[in-house]
Amino acid sequence: MIQPRLSLKRNSEVSRTDPEPTSEASKEPAVESSAPEERDRARPAQTGPGHRVSVSDLHAYYGATEAVKGVSIDFPPREVTAIIGPSGCGKSTMVRCINRMHEEIPHARAEGRIMLDDNDLYAHGVDVTSVRRLIGMVFQKPNPFPTMSIFDNVASGLRLTGNRGDNLRERVHRSLRAVGLWGEVKNRLDSPGVGLSGGQQQRLCIARTIAVEPEVILMDEPCSALDPVATLKVEELIDELKEQYTIVIVTHNMQQAARVADSTVFMLDGHLIEHAPTKELFTNPKDERTERYVTGKFG
Amino acid sequence: MSATIESPNPPPKLFTTSARRKRVNRSMEVLSTLAAGLAVAVLVIVVGSVVIKGVSALNLDFLTETPAPFGAPGGGIANSIVGTFLLVAIASVIAVPIGLLIGIHASEFARPRVSNAVRFALDILSGVPTIVTGVFIFGLLVAGHVQSGYAGSVALAIIMLPIVARSAQEVLRLVPNSLREAAVALGVARWRMVLRVVLPTAAGGLITGAVLGVARVAGETAPLLLTSSIASNAVSWNPTQALSSIPVTIFTLSESPAPADHARGWAAALVLIVGVLALSVFARSLHERSRRRLRG
Repeated sequence: MIQPRLSLKRNSEVSRTDPEPTSEASKEPAVESSAPEERDRARPAQTGPGHRVSVSDLHAYYGATEAVKGVSIDFPPREVTAIIGPSGCGKSTMVRCINRMHEEIPHARAEGRIMLDDNDLYAHGVDVTSVRRLIGMVFQKPNPFPTMSIFDNVASGLRLTGNRGDNLRERVHRSLRAVGLWGEVKNRLDSPGVGLSGGQQQRLCIARTIAVEPEVILMDEPCSALDPVATLKVEELIDELKEQYTIVIVTHNMQQAARVADSTVFMLDGHLIEHAPTKELFTNPKDERTERYVTGKFG
Repeated sequence: MSATIESPNPPPKLFTTSARRKRVNRSMEVLSTLAAGLAVAVLVIVVGSVVIKGVSALNLDFLTETPAPFGAPGGGIANSIVGTFLLVAIASVIAVPIGLLIGIHASEFARPRVSNAVRFALDILSGVPTIVTGVFIFGLLVAGHVQSGYAGSVALAIIMLPIVARSAQEVLRLVPNSLREAAVALGVARWRMVLRVVLPTAAGGLITGAVLGVARVAGETAPLLLTSSIASNAVSWNPTQALSSIPVTIFTLSESPAPADHARGWAAALVLIVGVLALSVFARSLHERSRRRLRG
């Protein structure tokens, strides 16, 4: 029952039967008001309520080692949620559980429940590829396919999932425009993707991710291999993308979390310590450990 | 910067290299350079002597004509060239697809434990003396029947298989995991990820491995002596009969009492060595290209 809905659900068709998104939509303004005011960019009218990811009591293991120890988080639709914490605190692992990439690692497994709206991503019989089509991921190091041209890289997700459609070219161009790469590469779409600079490669990878039109985008330290100028571009892009996507970003860089995130999660040693609107978490943390971390006293 | 626990701050001390250390260093450098030089020298001597002794008997007729009757002048090794080509081609048709599949399975699909076991088995297989492989195939396909090109090819394929499979395994491991993750995270099915992302990325290296396997078995003699050596002197394209081959021909010519045959043996060796060297160089250049691509 669940599987076809999981593999069919698309942004445009979501308005219909689900009771949940409507209730989420009514909740949204409350979250909104506590978001940092420096977001002066006006949001366009949204076409739908977006999609919510709810993690409850997630435990993730590498063999016998427990890396995530019972985390529950709600990622509100069309917001950027940043996850910060010292190395090894389980933030990447937690995020990789959301699109079921965690289980790709030998001996790794996850327990708990992760819902995309009212679909259980870990329900029996769910095709993992359908989960990953709905929940895209951008990695730490830009990883364009070395044998493919710029165009083919962006088209790869569509072609290799058998969704190429008739308007492949148009969708590729649109994705490249969306990441602000169009002007830089429109005259060399056939040259290799790996010939671009690091920052351009990362934006190419983001274009590749959004070309398959996911609902949620996970970013695992997407700027840690980039210089400050390229980082700024990617951050601006994140700001634009959240108009359409629910975004989760893992970052080591607290300034980055402060710049891009509506709310921020602090994790420590596999536990969620605090989840609050970004400004609040950085200026007025409730937990003493959060305070010590954001003020640089450890980690 | 040299803030040690000791106080007061001791003056920084610099050492001069002792004469003994310099001597040891120098002599090790010389020794390792000599060893490297020796390896190159052996290659140069082998190739050089084959060229010097073989080039006199080498001419176009030698490549295009069949062997002359014993004692008669002229003649060539066309039958052996064709035979080696056929034997190696059939062996490749058997061993390359199977070897690639083994490598792909071990690197992309098998659990680490299985893939280690496969690697171990392949290493043992590649350590089996080729004469043993020859005897095995002799017992399996030749005893009770007749020698045939097919029997020889199967023996060569068994020798080739671990080379192709192991090199495929190694080359696929060079493909960065980040590419697999990128594809899988797009919702691409695993087999399609392997087919469309991993294999194209590793293509150069995979071809190199196959070509090196070909080069390796092209010179095999022992298994062919048992399985495909009693051949006619005519050019034959029929692998159901025994086919002549360059290595076996070299062996036979070297056993001959006629000095002219020795010269022919050297010339045949030159043909073989040039062929194998050309293949290896071709394979290396492909490999270099693919490595450059992997580095990005």
